[in-house]
Amino acid sequence: MKLLAPGRTAKWVIGSLVLLGFALPLVSTFLYTLRDGDGLSGVHWAALFDADQAAIFGPIWTGLGNSLVLAALTVTIVVLLLAPTMILVNLRFPSLKSAFEFLALLPISIPAIVLVVGLTPIYRQIGRALGTGAWTLAFAYGITVLPFAFRAIQASIDSVDIKTLTEAARSLGSGWPSVLFRVLAPNLRAGLLAASLISVAVVLGEFTIASLLNRLVLQTALVAVNRIDAYAASIFTLMALAFAFVMLIIIGRLGRAGSGRRQQ
Amino acid sequence: MNSKTIEGASRMRRSSRSEGPGQSPAPRGASRLGWLGLLPFASYIAIFLALPTILAVSSGLFDGDGVFTLDNFMVLVNPVILRTFLDSAWLSLLTAAIGAVTGALVCYAMLGLREGGPIRSAVDAASGVLAQFGGVMLAFAFIATIGQQGVVTLFLKDHAGVNIFENGVWLYELPGLILPYVFFQVPLMVITFMPALTALRPQWVEANLALGGDRMSFWTRVGMPILAPSFFAGVLLLFANAFSSYATAAALVSQGSQIVPLQIRAALTSETVLGRENLAGVLAFGMILVVGIVMAAYSLIQRRAARWQS
Repeated sequence: MKLLAPGRTAKWVIGSLVLLGFALPLVSTFLYTLRDGDGLSGVHWAALFDADQAAIFGPIWTGLGNSLVLAALTVTIVVLLLAPTMILVNLRFPSLKSAFEFLALLPISIPAIVLVVGLTPIYRQIGRALGTGAWTLAFAYGITVLPFAFRAIQASIDSVDIKTLTEAARSLGSGWPSVLFRVLAPNLRAGLLAASLISVAVVLGEFTIASLLNRLVLQTALVAVNRIDAYAASIFTLMALAFAFVMLIIIGRLGRAGSGRRQQ
Repeated sequence: MNSKTIEGASRMRRSSRSEGPGQSPAPRGASRLGWLGLLPFASYIAIFLALPTILAVSSGLFDGDGVFTLDNFMVLVNPVILRTFLDSAWLSLLTAAIGAVTGALVCYAMLGLREGGPIRSAVDAASGVLAQFGGVMLAFAFIATIGQQGVVTLFLKDHAGVNIFENGVWLYELPGLILPYVFFQVPLMVITFMPALTALRPQWVEANLALGGDRMSFWTRVGMPILAPSFFAGVLLLFANAFSSYATAAALVSQGSQIVPLQIRAALTSETVLGRENLAGVLAFGMILVVGIVMAAYSLIQRRAARWQS
């Protein structure tokens, strides 16, 4: 790699220019939240805890609550529906693996805005049957996170010999439930955890579907609050981006832990 | 049929390995159980992926009374709609080109860094955040930066005497989308292109040196030809990404429908636009056609590129 690496000057020039370009809007947003007349202060941050202004932030807290419920439900779909199906396909129907992969990655090619056009009539029916609560969006979000979750879990499945593990467990008398929960799940935990975290991040950032189906989630609340108090929207933007950044750092660690084990 | 043969083969293998009785777990019943196990996921996909896609694409084929018609598709040659598709296309192409070149340079600059080192980890995570979860929040960041009251706008006005909105406020129009889009296109390119770049083997550089080449000739004769497919695959992916992106534009542009996703928003929120029924369906059809073709080309090129990455 040393031979391929760019020279010191090239590295620094590219690095600092891009860093500058990408830091500028984020730093500006931070300075914007500190603006107080002509000076700088933490008054807009303090307003978050001000009881008098609680009404303004109301939608954000409700939206955040809804988004967290949605994140939990979406993770449930990933862990209890997607993961067992992937294990089943890998164990019993290896011939379906490439078809399954195609299906799981398909949502990348279908814009959310297109999906929404078709989801509108479906959610009209769901509204009649289950009500118009924000939690029903979890069904749609399960599809949105599918490609991300699939990649994370598949990487884990590929790094563990699940066939041998299963046969060993079965030959020692385990039933299928204990094979799934006590043998395979612990071995795939890095992939399952990464898939769950990335699903949480995607759900917390989702706007298109929630907005056009008129559900209050974190992102739609931000847009609503932005019209009243642009500073509040900026503060929550920074916090949400920082939160997602930390999540992805953890996911990166998990991924390396998984591939490290494969090398041994 | 196919699965039965596989099941049979594996049963033979298993029974030849283990002599004990009762070892083969009734394959016929188990296989049927296996198919049943696929059912929940299959029905979920059918209801929430296949059905909405079919509904979205086919709703343009019916008029207000549910009668089959191709009339709605005439709207695709309507000058307003055509203009929106063209604007969407050039916005996507421009930001894809800028994003791909910048992203590739970032990947190149990171070549010497250890995978899993602090800088690589931070760049990977930051890229993921900006590429996939930015959406609405990127729009806010740019409003805070170069909006009418933005930090940079006011700084330039007060200290450099430059008014970036001298010819009108362009941030909430089509040109205003370029910067925020580049902001999520570059990170996506970093994520997509980095594996191709790290797959370049040091042995190829050594071979090139041994044969009398230098650093420059390595890139022009070996590096770039090998990376070209990955690079163009990246451009296509970025194009599709920008073309289908909705959130950033929706948060930034509250009036007008300068790009196709915003036109769909207008069609969904008001019943009839341009006096057409089911316009959203027709637009969705157009979008999926464009994105589908681009993504098919992407996976073809990507397959070719993957040859060098094993």
